Amino acid sequence: MQLFILTAALLALISFGYGVGRRRALAVAGPNLRSLHSLPRYHGYLVALWCGLPALAVVAAWLAFEPSLLHALVIGALPADLAQLSDERLALAYNEVRNVARYGHPASSDSIAEAARHYASLRQTMFLSVAAIAVALAVAGLAAARARIHAGLRARNRVESIVSIFLIAASTVAIFTTIGIVLSLVFESLRFFQMVPVTEFLFGTSWSPQMAIREDQVGSSGSFGAVPLFAGTMLIAGIALAVAVPLGLLAAIYMSEYAAPKFRSVVKPLLEVLAGIPTVVYGFFAALTVAPFIRDLGAKLGLSVASESALAAGLVMGIMIIPFVSSLSDDVISAVPHSLREGAYGLGATKSETIKQVVLPAALPGIVGSILLAASRAIGETMIVVMAAGLAANLTANPLEAVTTVTTQIVTLLVGDQEFDSPKTLAAFALGLALFGITLALNGIALRIVNKYREKYD
Amino acid sequence: MTESTQLIRSSDTRTAAQIAASHLKRRHAAERRFKAIGLSAVVVAMTFLGLLLFTILGNGLSAFTQTYVKLDVTLSPELLGIGEQRTAEALATADYGGVIKDAMYKRFPAAQSRAEKREVAGLISSGADMALRKALAANPELIGTTQTFWLVADDTVDMAIKGYTSRQTGQEGNRLSDKQLGWLAELEADGGVTRRFNSILFSSGDSREPELAGLWGSVVGSVFSLLITLAVSFPLGVATAIYLEEFAPKNKWTDLIEVNINNLAAVPSVVFGLLGLAVFLNFLGMPRSAPLVGGLVLALICLPTIIIAGRAALKAVPPSIREAAAGLGASKLQVVTDHVLPLAMPGILTGTILGMAHALGETAPLLMIGMVAFIVDIPASPLDPSAVLPVQVYLWADSPERAFVERTSAAIIVLLIFLAAMNLGAILLRKKFERRW
Repeated sequence: MQLFILTAALLALISFGYGVGRRRALAVAGPNLRSLHSLPRYHGYLVALWCGLPALAVVAAWLAFEPSLLHALVIGALPADLAQLSDERLALAYNEVRNVARYGHPASSDSIAEAARHYASLRQTMFLSVAAIAVALAVAGLAAARARIHAGLRARNRVESIVSIFLIAASTVAIFTTIGIVLSLVFESLRFFQMVPVTEFLFGTSWSPQMAIREDQVGSSGSFGAVPLFAGTMLIAGIALAVAVPLGLLAAIYMSEYAAPKFRSVVKPLLEVLAGIPTVVYGFFAALTVAPFIRDLGAKLGLSVASESALAAGLVMGIMIIPFVSSLSDDVISAVPHSLREGAYGLGATKSETIKQVVLPAALPGIVGSILLAASRAIGETMIVVMAAGLAANLTANPLEAVTTVTTQIVTLLVGDQEFDSPKTLAAFALGLALFGITLALNGIALRIVNKYREKYD
Repeated sequence: MTESTQLIRSSDTRTAAQIAASHLKRRHAAERRFKAIGLSAVVVAMTFLGLLLFTILGNGLSAFTQTYVKLDVTLSPELLGIGEQRTAEALATADYGGVIKDAMYKRFPAAQSRAEKREVAGLISSGADMALRKALAANPELIGTTQTFWLVADDTVDMAIKGYTSRQTGQEGNRLSDKQLGWLAELEADGGVTRRFNSILFSSGDSREPELAGLWGSVVGSVFSLLITLAVSFPLGVATAIYLEEFAPKNKWTDLIEVNINNLAAVPSVVFGLLGLAVFLNFLGMPRSAPLVGGLVLALICLPTIIIAGRAALKAVPPSIREAAAGLGASKLQVVTDHVLPLAMPGILTGTILGMAHALGETAPLLMIGMVAFIVDIPASPLDPSAVLPVQVYLWADSPERAFVERTSAAIIVLLIFLAAMNLGAILLRKKFERRW
């Protein structure tokens, strides 16, 4: 709330600065407007930028460093009985202090309440001083920029260079996101691999991440062999592709070669609806309708089907990725030039012979690319498998049994309360790293195939 | 010798034309088969879509009504436990549940034993007292009188009335006991049972009781998240698109940015959730389960979509516009902000809406940053813990009660309506402002 008021005040100052700059420029120019180098509004923008940028930067820096600064200050001045706690308990206690101070949770002890009061007063003092600094900077920037306005000031050029710096900075966000993903995955994975050897993770065939709470419990160590997860992922993605590739490819051929324009204009968007439906809906559909149906069907045929069979999850995932195969394939098939088709017709080939022997070979690189993209989508898909696939890590190739996947385990390991020093939670990051690597590689290969083998017809 | 005569075996006495004609039949049959297979692939895909929507609608539509039970309630101050007090505080803490129970015992005097009394009381939802509290808060004069109230029925009653669970007495596994079914039939015969529009679903937060669980908390959470997503990803995405399309020199650095954006578009969303957990929650110490963090993660997810759509829209503006503006003395930035950007805006907005629709349906990354907590309160700001619509779907889908199947489907219907509205908006925008140069 306080922050909201501060931001609103700064915004008001900024728009005030714009008006001040504009009026000042008009006043400096006097009756002869042409003596100004830049339009009055650029002078206004420049004053507004001088007023706003430093102040907002201070507020942003405070927002970023407030937690760590408060942590250091509060930990340093804890009541005696809290200060001598072990590191882990100290972290818990600090968390409680923060919750008491910020969200008004009840305090469990007097010293917690005291620390919370300290926390709250520190936070308030810091906020007030930051607010004072920010407003002072804004006013000072406004005044300084206003004083500098003269007819020859190249205000437009200055505003434009600030804007282009912003444009360049915005375009680096993508790079920082990638760096952030890689660093967070790699760091946590390294911590994981200090506890569990890489070879066990990559080649072990037993996955049971439950860590014992007591030392003497059965299976106290937990085992982190990820092979069953990779196998399960491949099984479900394989089933999905077995559904999506024939359906998607045939649909794409029919839509681009046979369908009347009217049919195409109705059905193509409908097909793409399949990709627009949230995956959690597919997950619900798989768990509620498809899985019981397959189980009952299996029971009638005398087969024993797990109620969370890989087949159900794979089938529904296959439906979901049909549009990924079909719309990309549709594009590449349509891109095959008509002269090729007409050549084949001229030699007496029927339409289907032309498609099978001329069009598809010409479009093959694009089709393979679309299949690989669909495969990477299937491997990274999460909600369907979380809701419809099992949790037990079975190493099996039988689609009627329950298997678990990499994404399912990531979600299961990280949902709920977690401590960040147990291999159980860190394993999720190692799995995430593997997932990131696999999907990136698949996409890279797909792009390479498309670019390298693409036929150029003109 | 030509090739066609070579093909004729010596024993075959037909001419080449006859053989070609006999092949032709087969080839035309193959042609028809191929076409039919292609059509059937389309039909199968459409059938799946229809089946999906049909299942959801079939399961979910009934959740938009809710069973209510008519009951004459005597609002005696003794039973309410407030004595002579009439203050707002006393009224807020009064024992409305006790009053309802008492009214139910009076309605069904045959229930004498403790077990029977518990079963009688079990017909009414444990949250039905809200209606009484509201009525008395609005009009304290009602105390001491007997009033007729329509009270929310328990979810087991609701399911039986809607026909999802059996109302046959004497069956194993019934959620309602035989006596309860008898009382229910008695109530229904008196006209004391009705189904009304389920306003609870659209006005309250989550609850463990299906009949009291609502979507409003998650709708508000979704709106907060999407606002944050829009505020972050739209300016950044448009700025990036402008830079790459209009200003960037062709060099390694630009290539690197482009490769990065394409890769980010392909990264599984759950990995973005891991990023959010490691960076936003653990490193920057932002609050768990908050729409603020959810919105930031979703912003990173839909940034590539907006950038790619934005670049396509900017590219579609013909160079002649830029040249004309530059010829009149506009600076490079003025060309973009005053001429190119306004012309490209419909395309950029279309892409942004589609990106937002995608973000609205995204679930997995939000699970990572703790948006799966059970939250009853309606969030008041983006910093409060909250659920979002798809996560609410996931949470309800996990609940064992039969009534939650119906409510999950209803939540999906609401989610799909939002998505359809956004997509329709995008299509209309494109249709209205589409320009061919």
